[in-house]
Amino acid sequence: MHWLINTPLVIVLLVNLFMLGVSRMRSLIYSAAAQGVILSALPLLLEKRIGLMIIIVALVTAVIKGFLIPQMLHKALRDAQIKREVEPLIGFLPTMLLGALGTAASITFAAYLPVTQAGTSTLIIPASFSTVLTGFLLLTTRYKAITQVIGYLILENGIYIFGMLLLTAVPFLVELGILLDLFVGIFVVSIILNHINEAFSSLDTRQLTALKE
Amino acid sequence: MLFVVLIFIPVLAAIAAAAITSNALRPWIMVIAGSLHFAVMLAILIFQPAPIWDGWVGLDPPGKLVLLLISTLFLLCSIYTVGYLRYRGERSNRVLIPCLSIFLAGASLVACSQQLGLMWIAMETTALSTAPMIYFNRTPRSIEATWKYLLLSSVGIALALLGSFFLVCATLKHDPYPSLLFSHLVRHAGTANAIWLKMAFVLLLVGYGTKMGLAPMHTWKPDAYGEAPGVVGALLAGGLTSCAFLAILRVDRVCIAGGLQTYTSHLLIGMGLLSMAVAAVFMLGQKDIKRMLAYSSVEQMGILALGAGIGGPALYGALLQMINNGLTKGMLFLSAGNIHRSYGSKNTDEVHGAMRRLPLSGTIFMLGFLAITGSPPFGPFISVFTILNAAFSRHFFVIGAVFLLLLLMVFMGMGRTVLVAVLGKPLPRKRPMNAYRDGWMTGLPLVVSFLLVLMLGVHIPPFLTHMLQQARKFMEVRP
Repeated sequence: MHWLINTPLVIVLLVNLFMLGVSRMRSLIYSAAAQGVILSALPLLLEKRIGLMIIIVALVTAVIKGFLIPQMLHKALRDAQIKREVEPLIGFLPTMLLGALGTAASITFAAYLPVTQAGTSTLIIPASFSTVLTGFLLLTTRYKAITQVIGYLILENGIYIFGMLLLTAVPFLVELGILLDLFVGIFVVSIILNHINEAFSSLDTRQLTALKE
Repeated sequence: MLFVVLIFIPVLAAIAAAAITSNALRPWIMVIAGSLHFAVMLAILIFQPAPIWDGWVGLDPPGKLVLLLISTLFLLCSIYTVGYLRYRGERSNRVLIPCLSIFLAGASLVACSQQLGLMWIAMETTALSTAPMIYFNRTPRSIEATWKYLLLSSVGIALALLGSFFLVCATLKHDPYPSLLFSHLVRHAGTANAIWLKMAFVLLLVGYGTKMGLAPMHTWKPDAYGEAPGVVGALLAGGLTSCAFLAILRVDRVCIAGGLQTYTSHLLIGMGLLSMAVAAVFMLGQKDIKRMLAYSSVEQMGILALGAGIGGPALYGALLQMINNGLTKGMLFLSAGNIHRSYGSKNTDEVHGAMRRLPLSGTIFMLGFLAITGSPPFGPFISVFTILNAAFSRHFFVIGAVFLLLLLMVFMGMGRTVLVAVLGKPLPRKRPMNAYRDGWMTGLPLVVSFLLVLMLGVHIPPFLTHMLQQARKFMEVRP
């Protein structure tokens, strides 16, 4: 049955690489949304007995990660009327290569970690590490504020994948709380984005340099 | 029941504050919420109610200390806020006041969380509620500070979540009924996998360390404290950082129970000394008094981490230092806020002779400087001395010596800025005359926090000694 869980994870890994190479902001937001929806289905595939609560959590995750947050980001992009290009610090191809290397390293590293049955036979741990790494790459190598937000979102997705190992341990209430915090967080960020745009007429974080020693 | 009341008072206050339309009336909500919260907090400390919600919400001894500190600090700050916002009538506080209330709710929940996930959620709530407060002044500089704060603290808190998951993952193999309760984790830490546990501690230390402002994750601090109103600085430097320290202590306890005492202690000591060194360097020649206070906070967090790392009596000192730091930072940030208001500047190029222009705020600022740098007869002197003493008695000679040297450097660096700002004559004014004078609402909280800091230096009340002893004993778990 492991193919059932590994197939979506492989798709997630491919989406990661795609996101590192894509130059249009809109495609980046769509990819993040798609990744969120795929991830929301994971608990349904993993859990043997599917209760009401697990369906609710999956639905809420799908709506927040696949619809609400992307909507907010699209709105921020529209309001800002910025150049819809990503503007990387390091070029697209090098970041993609870095991402690929990171994925390979994650798979090798995960093999050395002692884990439970579900951990060893599925791609959960490598996919999680690789996604966290992709998030970090987007956060650090892109200049636009929105891209950095997406990077944070991907980082969170990576942590969510790791959470799949702990389905029995982490109560659903906690998962919902984490989701809510993520949602409010992105909401606050999108408001601040709007103000950055008003104050600096740009979402380029290179403008934010007044405060330093 | 009391716990529910404790957390819902500020939540209700936030809702009420958002509903009230009068800008002048709204700040009073904070005073009401702060007083009620303080009363309920005292009731909880006296009656010691049993944990609720399957043990998710309850108080451990270090949590009690943090709760006591937050509630006291918030009450003082709430009175100050009313006075402060009178001078900021032009600016709507419809966002600020609800956010301050939510901050109190989140911080109280951190103190009362006995469950890893719940604690994370509460911590993230405090972080998010802080962002709009930093942005209160609506200047480009404050947006920049808010953005840096949001980004860095979000990443930090995300790493803390990953670390929390790792911590659970470590116990997964030999534990048929895994749980996120701290008591459960401590019980099962003995069979936990050391690799996962080590990775978990690093991530959690980095994650919650970002919130605390330990170097090298401290970079948001000077920006945020520099641009936020003084009262927000006081709550961040005294309240939020203590919550983050509490989180690290709880995680540390799980790791100690897992037999990683030396490992965590080395990491904490290293981070502590690094934070102090970074603060000492950046404080030299610092002209902005609020940024200087931010670096002082980085230094203080270094002392806390160092004390926790050395352990034993030093941990007692660190917990006392946490209380001292919270109250002294209240003094410093609130008086710095007054000085900033009066001069329209927080740069020592323009701020001179604050003691003449604002006798109360200037004096308290000066006394606060002496207190925070560990001069007798104030509270921090006792706690810093306890940590230093413990370092030598536990044979950490080099660490003790470096600690002493760094304290001296910080004293000199901070002293230069503070003396310029406080002493001398006020410069002939370039700006139009400012309306700000020390009033009782912006003055009383300063005096009260000063008296508390002085009291802690002269005589620690027995109930506090008892609480500190309990917390120290609580942290001493056997692997």
